[in-house]
Amino acid sequence: MDAAGTADLIITAKEKISVKRRVKGAVLRGLMYFAAALTTVLLAAIIGYIFYRGVPYVTWNLLSTKPSLLDDNVGILPNILNTLYIIVIALVFALPIGIGTAVYLNEYATNKKLVRIIELATETLSGIPSIIYGLAGMLIFVQALNFGTSILAGALTLAVMTLPIIIRTTQEALKTVPDSYREGALALGSGRWHMVRTVVLPCAMDGIVTGIILSIGRIVGESAALLYTAGMANEILNPVKAVTPGNPGATLTVSLYMYAKERGQFNVAFAIAVILLLITFVINVSAKAAARKLRK
Amino acid sequence: MTSVIETKDLNLWYGKHHALMDINIDIPEKQITALIGPSGCGKSTFLRTLNRMNDLIEDVKIDGKVLLKGEDINSMDVNVLRSRVGMVFQKANPFPMSVYDNIAYGPRILGIHKKKELDKIVETSLKQAAIWDECKGRLRTSALGMSGGQQQRLCIARTLAVKPEVLLLDESTSALDPVSTSKIEDLLLELKKKYTIIMVTHNMQQAARIADKTAFFLLGELIEYDDTEKIFSHPSDRRTEDYITGRFG
Repeated sequence: MDAAGTADLIITAKEKISVKRRVKGAVLRGLMYFAAALTTVLLAAIIGYIFYRGVPYVTWNLLSTKPSLLDDNVGILPNILNTLYIIVIALVFALPIGIGTAVYLNEYATNKKLVRIIELATETLSGIPSIIYGLAGMLIFVQALNFGTSILAGALTLAVMTLPIIIRTTQEALKTVPDSYREGALALGSGRWHMVRTVVLPCAMDGIVTGIILSIGRIVGESAALLYTAGMANEILNPVKAVTPGNPGATLTVSLYMYAKERGQFNVAFAIAVILLLITFVINVSAKAAARKLRK
Repeated sequence: MTSVIETKDLNLWYGKHHALMDINIDIPEKQITALIGPSGCGKSTFLRTLNRMNDLIEDVKIDGKVLLKGEDINSMDVNVLRSRVGMVFQKANPFPMSVYDNIAYGPRILGIHKKKELDKIVETSLKQAAIWDECKGRLRTSALGMSGGQQQRLCIARTLAVKPEVLLLDESTSALDPVSTSKIEDLLLELKKKYTIIMVTHNMQQAARIADKTAFFLLGELIEYDDTEKIFSHPSDRRTEDYITGRFG
């Protein structure tokens, strides 16, 4: 074939492949739009349906009283409080330990083998069904440590359960901090902890907050592990009682389960679902705002 | 001439790889010393032993002595050593904070927290690094918004803020355009009045332009160390001549 012939061949090949690519690109883009749209629609539908069924039953009476069979009253104030108590107590234990572990693994540990073993362990722990944590929590916190079925035992169980999430996400966040920042700080005469505190942790703040939000999500959504450990009581507890052993209490999710499954009161269940959505939303937004503050 | 840094039979191994062999060198005070040589010859490794940055790397074994003004650096507190022997890296690495906080980072480590004192240090450091005029209006904005050349001069200013005795530069202009490079070269010539400067460079013209002394490294050995003029006009070793005339490397 002569030179002109080859050139023609290549030009037609280019035209062909460019048409092919454009078609392929358009199809793939369409599929991606479809996937994104489907996700959004599903999510919006679920939220919409929950609000549609639940909002009419969210009344001030529901939010501000405790349930009473005698007065035939349904109120979820104890459950709202219990949910908040458990979030706070669980995080108070899980955050320092989890972030501390991640910082140790990523910034201090020199024994690579040990690090890998711990990483494997945390990964395995994060995959265990929550009901098993409930069982272990019951044996350890409720019985062995004699906390009884209580908010405290439930919160500690959930602290253990969320540890792997916090460790993994914090570690991932720390890994995204460029080594050049660490070198820069150390080369100025900074000690290791000072470097971690002033440069590494602020840089990793976004990822750490994501981990915290995920953990809160798991805590709020947990019911199986709490059935064994925190119980199903619906009394209003003050914060002091919440951290004292022997005071049981049902969270919103547990009470949702009770109302829907045991008592067939679906209207109450949907109203609780609305409250759960709102609480999660508020916590997420404030965690992100706090992260922005902390970074400055 | 007094020497600031002296090494005695310095050897370094990365695992089994013998990266520095019997380095004996005297670095003179308030001069610019350039370290040249092909990639992998050990010049950066040598530079990093001077402020013990190699301590951070696993599996490094060091033998022999490095003296800073007669004092063994291995018996010094490593954080104090690093504030006395400052380092500027190949890639500018300002922290993701404001210009002011970048400069104040080192002084704050040393326990200086009074605003007045910090203000003064920030201003003089930025002036010394010839970047004050460019950033005096934006001290409170993020340092990451500056150009590459400005960021590198900011990093020099950050290092100067802790008043080091020695300034190490690890190919600090290799990622910069010619204009920024020449600004930094002018700056170094100005700084050598007060500081001892040791720089690793791949750019032989740069060594010839600004260094008083030049050391040529090859495969972990210090081949030749002399006045820059001598190295570039009458090198005494054949390998030095081959390298600077571009026959290899």
